[in-house]
Amino acid sequence: MFNRDRWSEIIEALTSNWFRTILTAFGVLWGIFILIVLLAAGKGLENGVKKDFDGIATNTMFMWTQIASKPYKGLPKGRRFNYRVNDVEALKQNVPELKFVSPRNQLGGFGGSNNVVRGLKTGAYNVYGDYPEIIEQQPMDITMGRFVNYGDIDEKRKVAVIGEGVQREMFEINENPIGDYIKINGVNFMIIGTYKKKSNNGDAEEAQKEIYVPFTSFSQAFNRGDKVGWMAITAKDGYSITELKTEVFDIIKERHTIHPEDNRAIGNFDLYAQYQKIERLFTALRIVGYVIGILVLISGVIGISNIMLIVVKERTKEIGIRRAIGATPWSIRGQILLESVFLTIISGMVGIILGSGLIYLINYILDSSGPVDMFANPSINLGVVMIALSILIISGLLAGLLPAQNAIRIKPVDALRTE
Amino acid sequence: MIEIKDLHKSYKMGSNELHVLKGINFNVAEGELVAIMGSSGSGKSTLLNILGMLDEADAGSYTLDGIPIKNLNEKIAARYRNKFLGFIFQSFNLIGYKSALDNVAMPLYYQGVKRAERTEKAMHYLEKVGLANWSDHLPNELSGGQKQRVAIARALASEPKVLLADEPTGALDTKTSYEVMDLIQGINDEGKTILIVTHERDIANMTKRIVNLKDGIIIDDSKVEQVKASANV
Ligand SMILES: Nc1ncnc2c1ncn2[C@@H]1O[C@H](COP(=O)(O)OP(=O)(O)O)[C@@H](O)[C@H]1O
Ligand SMILES: [Mg+2]
Repeated sequence: MFNRDRWSEIIEALTSNWFRTILTAFGVLWGIFILIVLLAAGKGLENGVKKDFDGIATNTMFMWTQIASKPYKGLPKGRRFNYRVNDVEALKQNVPELKFVSPRNQLGGFGGSNNVVRGLKTGAYNVYGDYPEIIEQQPMDITMGRFVNYGDIDEKRKVAVIGEGVQREMFEINENPIGDYIKINGVNFMIIGTYKKKSNNGDAEEAQKEIYVPFTSFSQAFNRGDKVGWMAITAKDGYSITELKTEVFDIIKERHTIHPEDNRAIGNFDLYAQYQKIERLFTALRIVGYVIGILVLISGVIGISNIMLIVVKERTKEIGIRRAIGATPWSIRGQILLESVFLTIISGMVGIILGSGLIYLINYILDSSGPVDMFANPSINLGVVMIALSILIISGLLAGLLPAQNAIRIKPVDALRTE
Repeated sequence: MIEIKDLHKSYKMGSNELHVLKGINFNVAEGELVAIMGSSGSGKSTLLNILGMLDEADAGSYTLDGIPIKNLNEKIAARYRNKFLGFIFQSFNLIGYKSALDNVAMPLYYQGVKRAERTEKAMHYLEKVGLANWSDHLPNELSGGQKQRVAIARALASEPKVLLADEPTGALDTKTSYEVMDLIQGINDEGKTILIVTHERDIANMTKRIVNLKDGIIIDDSKVEQVKASANV
C-alpha cells in the first residue's frame, strides 16, 4: 500500500492543482496551529504562576489560634487560647505522616513601630522565632554566613539571620555584618548570616526585610514562655496536608479543651488547597485549548472532505479511465483516502512547525527582554504533538471516507460517457 | 475468442424502457479485425461496453476466451479488463497530468509490474506507435493523432487478448484517421483480435469483417475485402 508508486501517484494528483491543494491544506494547518499555540500559551501562563510557588513546599498549611466559639466541658465560649511547645511534640508523635511541624513566633509586623536598633540606625522589621526546618518550607538563599541550626536552638543563642533589605538599611555598603550585633526590642543579637528570598511577587522588597532568630532564644528574650504563635506544617510526600488537616485539628482541640465541632477556634491557610485550585484552573484552561483547537481542526477537516468531494467529481472521468484499464475499487478508494490523509498530515505538520516556530519566537523575546509577570516559557510537549498527529491521521481518514465512496459509486461506463 | 448469444440490454428512463439490444448473436475468432457499424443510437457503444465489461447485459451469455463473463463483481471485472482487454476511445481518454510514457505504463501499474520493467515495456509500445521521442510530453502537447497513438500504445501495454475501439477515428481528420487505421491494421496483422465501432464506411472497409447493427439487431454480418490504409495515405 505504501510503495513508491502509490506515493508518486498521490504527489502527482496533489501537485496537479497547487492552488487548490494549498487552499485546502490551510484549514487544517490553521486548526492545528491554534491548538498548539493555545496549549503552549496555557502552559506559559501555568509556568509563570507556578514560578511563585517555586521551591515552596506546597504541601504545607499555616495554623494559628482564633477564639473558641462554643462552650465545652464547663469552659465558656469566647475564650482565647495559645499553642504550646508540647503541642508540636504531640503532633509529631501522633501524626507520623507529617514531615515538618515548625512552631513560630513573631514580633513586629506590618506598619509596626521601630523594633531594631544598631548604633544610630533604627528600623521596623518582622522578627521570627524559628526552627531550622523553616528554610525547607519557605526557601531562601543564604548569601553570607549560615542559617539557624539546632545548636542555636539548644543553647538558646542570641543569634540572627537578616535579610538583605535589613543589611542595606542597618549597615554601610562595604561593612561585613557577620559577627556584628543588632538590638531587637532592646536585646542584643549577633548576626550569623544574611539571606535573599527569591520571589517574583509584588512584595519581593518586603520579603528581604525580615530577621530570623532561634525559636528558643526568641521565647526567652521576649518572654513568650512556651507559647507558640503559629505553626507551619508540611505533610510527607505522598500525603496531602488537606487530608491530614482534620486529624491535626482534632489533636489540638483535644489538648486545649475545644469543642470537637468548633470549626472557628483554629485558623489555617492551606497552601496545598490553593495550589490544587490553581492546578484545576490550568486543567480547565487546557481543556478549553483542546476544545477550541479541535473545533477549528474539525472545520479544517470538513474543508478537506469538501474539496476532496469536488476533486472526485472533477476526476470522475479520470477515475473511469483508471477503472477501464484495470483499477480495482479498492485501489481507487485507497488512492482518495491516502490523498486525504497525506494532505491532512502535511498541512498539520506545517501547522505544528509554524506553531512551534511562534512559540520559539515568543520564548526568544521573553528571554531577551527579561521575565514578564505571570508568563514564562510557553511550551508544548512531545505527547501533545503525538496526540495532534494521531488526531490528524484519523481525521484525514474520516475526511476521505465519503469522497472515496463517491469515487467508486459511479459506474465506469457512466464516468466515461462523452456526451 | 468472443462468443455472445441472445444478448439483451435496455435502459430505463423514468417510466419508459429503451430496448437497445434485442438479441445479439455473434462470434469473433482470434485474429479477426471486425467493424461494428450502424447509425447513431443503434447501440454500437452499448454492445462494445458490454464486451468490455464496463456494463452488463440484461440477458444472454458472453464468453471471452472460454471464460463465461457473468455476475462479475467490480474487483474481478477490473482484473479481467486489465488482463484481457485494451480500450481505445474516440476522445482518447488520456490522463492529462501524466506524461505519454506514464499513461502507457498505467495498465502495467495496476498489474503490479515493477517500475523499471513498466517503463521499459511502455517505452517499447511508444516506439511501436512511433512516439518514442514524445515519451515525456503531456497529452495536451500532442496532436489528436499522436494522442490516439498513445492511447493505442496504452491499450497494447498490458498485452490484452482483444482490443476494443469505440470510434477511434471519430475525432480525427481523414488523413490522420488513415494513419491510425494503418497502425491498427499492423497490430492486427501481428495477430491481435480487434473490434472497431464506427459509422464511417471507409473506416469499416479497412477491416476484414463488417457487422451491421440496426434497431438493436444484427442485420448484416459479412467478410469484406480489406482496404489497406497505407494505400490511401
Ligand atoms: N446510460 C444510458 N441511459 C439511457 N439511455 C442510454 C444510455 N446509454 C445509451 N443510451 C441510449 O441507447 C441508445 C444506444 O446508445 P449507444 O449504444 O451509445 O449508440 P451508438 O454508440 O450506436 O451511437 C441511444 O438511444 C442512447 O440514447
Ligand atoms: Mg457510440
